[in-house]
Amino acid sequence: MSQGPLIPILLVSTGLFFIGMYGLFTRRNMITMLMAIELMLNSVNINFVAFNKYLFPEKLNGLFFSLFIITIAAAEAAVAIAIIINLYRSHQSIDVDDATEMKY
Amino acid sequence: MMINNFFILLRQELLISAIIFILLFIKLGKDRSNESILHVINLLLCLNFAAGFIPMLEGELFNSMFATSKLVVLEKNILNLTIWIISMQSYAWLKTHQHVIEFYILLLTSLLGMFFLISSGNLLMFYLGLEMSTIPLAAAANFDLTKRQSSEAAFKLIISSAFSSSLLLLGISFIYGSTSTLIFSEIPMHLIYSPLQIFAFILLVSGFAFKISAVPFHLWTADVYEGAPVAVTAFLSVVSKAAVLFTFTALLYKVFTPMASIWYAILILLSLATILIGNLFALRQDNLKRFLAFSSIAQLGFILIGISGSSQQGFSSLVYFIIIYVFSNLAAFGVISLVSAVTGKENMNDFKGFYKNNPILSWVLTIALFSLAGVPPTAGFFGKLFLLMAGAANGNYWIIAFAALNMVISFYYYLKVVKAIFMDENEAPMQTIAIPTYPKVAMLICVAGIILTSFVTFIYDYIQSLSISL
Repeated sequence: MSQGPLIPILLVSTGLFFIGMYGLFTRRNMITMLMAIELMLNSVNINFVAFNKYLFPEKLNGLFFSLFIITIAAAEAAVAIAIIINLYRSHQSIDVDDATEMKY
Repeated sequence: MMINNFFILLRQELLISAIIFILLFIKLGKDRSNESILHVINLLLCLNFAAGFIPMLEGELFNSMFATSKLVVLEKNILNLTIWIISMQSYAWLKTHQHVIEFYILLLTSLLGMFFLISSGNLLMFYLGLEMSTIPLAAAANFDLTKRQSSEAAFKLIISSAFSSSLLLLGISFIYGSTSTLIFSEIPMHLIYSPLQIFAFILLVSGFAFKISAVPFHLWTADVYEGAPVAVTAFLSVVSKAAVLFTFTALLYKVFTPMASIWYAILILLSLATILIGNLFALRQDNLKRFLAFSSIAQLGFILIGISGSSQQGFSSLVYFIIIYVFSNLAAFGVISLVSAVTGKENMNDFKGFYKNNPILSWVLTIALFSLAGVPPTAGFFGKLFLLMAGAANGNYWIIAFAALNMVISFYYYLKVVKAIFMDENEAPMQTIAIPTYPKVAMLICVAGIILTSFVTFIYDYIQSLSISL
C-alpha cells in the first residue's frame, strides 16, 4: 500500500483546521466567523478525500462523505446568514461585541 | 418484501414527513385562523404519538445505514410524546404568532433528523441526522423575530453547533482513516489503542459534549435558553438532549466498547465538573429560564454518572430517567411558558406570592421542581437513585457520595423558587392567569407522569427487558 503524499496533505488539512479555529476565536465580525467555520469543514473534506484516495481506494466512502459535508455546510451557511441578517435589523451591527446582552 | 419492510421499518419517520407535508399544504391553501391550525396540528401530533404503540418489526434498511429495534421505537415514542406536550404548552404563545406553520415545520424537521440520528447504523447517517436536527433548531430559536435576544441566541446556537460538529467531523475523519470503515458494527474490530484513534475518539466526545452541554462545553446553553422562545427552549432542553444522549450512549456501548477504560475516565471527569458547575451557577440565577438551563446542566451530570456504569443498567436507567426528566422539566416549562406568554415575566422576583392568585399553576411548578430535585414521593427520586446505582456498579463510591452531596446543594435552589412562590410577600402579586384547555391537558399529563412513573414498576421492568438485548 503506497501512501503517496498522504502525510503532507494531512499536515495541510490540520493547519487549515487550526487556522479556522484561530479565526473563529479571534475575529469579531460574524461573517468572518462563519468563513472560519467553513475553513474547518473544508479541512475535514481534504482529510476524507486524501484518506479515500491513498488508503482505501477500493470504495468511495470518504468521497461521498465529503460531498455530504459540502451540502450541509451550504445549508448551515444559509441559516446562519439569515440569522445574521435578522440580527443586523435589530442591532444595526454584525459585530459580536455588540450582541452581548446575555451574560452569566 | 423489500418494499413492505421499507414502509414498516420507516413508519415513524414517514408519519412525521407526512405531517410536514400536510402542514405545507395547509400553508398553500387559503388563510385560516391560528386557532384552527393549532387544533389540526395538535390532533395530528396526538395521532402520531398513538400510532407509536402499534407493534413494529425490528430490522435494518439501506445496507445497515438505518437500524431499528424495540428500544429505538420506545425512544422515538418518548420524543413523539414530548413534542406533543410542547406543542400543547406553547398554544398560548402561538395563538397570536404570525408564522405558526413554519414554526411547526422547523420543529418537526428537527425531530425527523433526531429519528434518523437515533436509528443510524453508519457514521454518515449519524452526521446527517445530527445536522438535520440542529440546523432547523437554530432557525426556530430566532422565532421571536423582533426580539433582540432571540436573534442573539440563535446566532450563538448556530455558531457553537457548527463548531462542535466540525470537531466531531474531524474525529470521524480520523476514525475513517484509521479503521477504513464508517459502519458501526465494523468499527470495533479495527479499534486498536493507537494514539490517532484515541485523539479521534476524544474529538468525537467533545463534539457530543457540546450538543448535550456537559461542562467545559456548556457556555452557550444558558444564553440560548434565555434568548430563545420558551417552546424552543423546552425542545432544546428535553428533546434534543434526549436524542443526542440516546445516540451517545448507544455509540459508547456498541461501537467504542474496546475503549471502555478511556471513556469511563472521560465520563467521570465530565460528570463531576458538570454537576458542580451546574449547581454553583444555578444558585445565582434570577431568570427562571437561565435557572432551568443550569439545573438541566446539573441533571446531565447525574445522567453521565449513570452512563459510566455497566452497560445494561446504564442504558435502562438512562431511558427511565429521561422519561421522568421529560415530564418534570416540561411541567416546569409549561408553567413558565404560559406565564411568559400572558405577562412577559420570567424573573424569580415576579413569582413572589404567585400562589395567592394562581394556586393550580403554583402546585404544578412545585411538583415539577420537587421531582427535578429528587424528593422521594416524586419520580425524580427514583430516576436519580437508579442512575447512581448504575454508576456504583464500577465500585467508585466516592463519586456517588460526591453526587449525593451535590443533590443537597440542588435542594437549596429548587426550594428557593418554591419558597418565593408560597411564602414570600409581594405587594403586587401576579394577576390570575387563565389556563387554556391545551396547556391544561399538557400539565395534567406531566403531573400524572411524574407521579405514576414512580409507582408503576412495569415501566422500569419493560425498559430493562428491552435493554438486555443491547
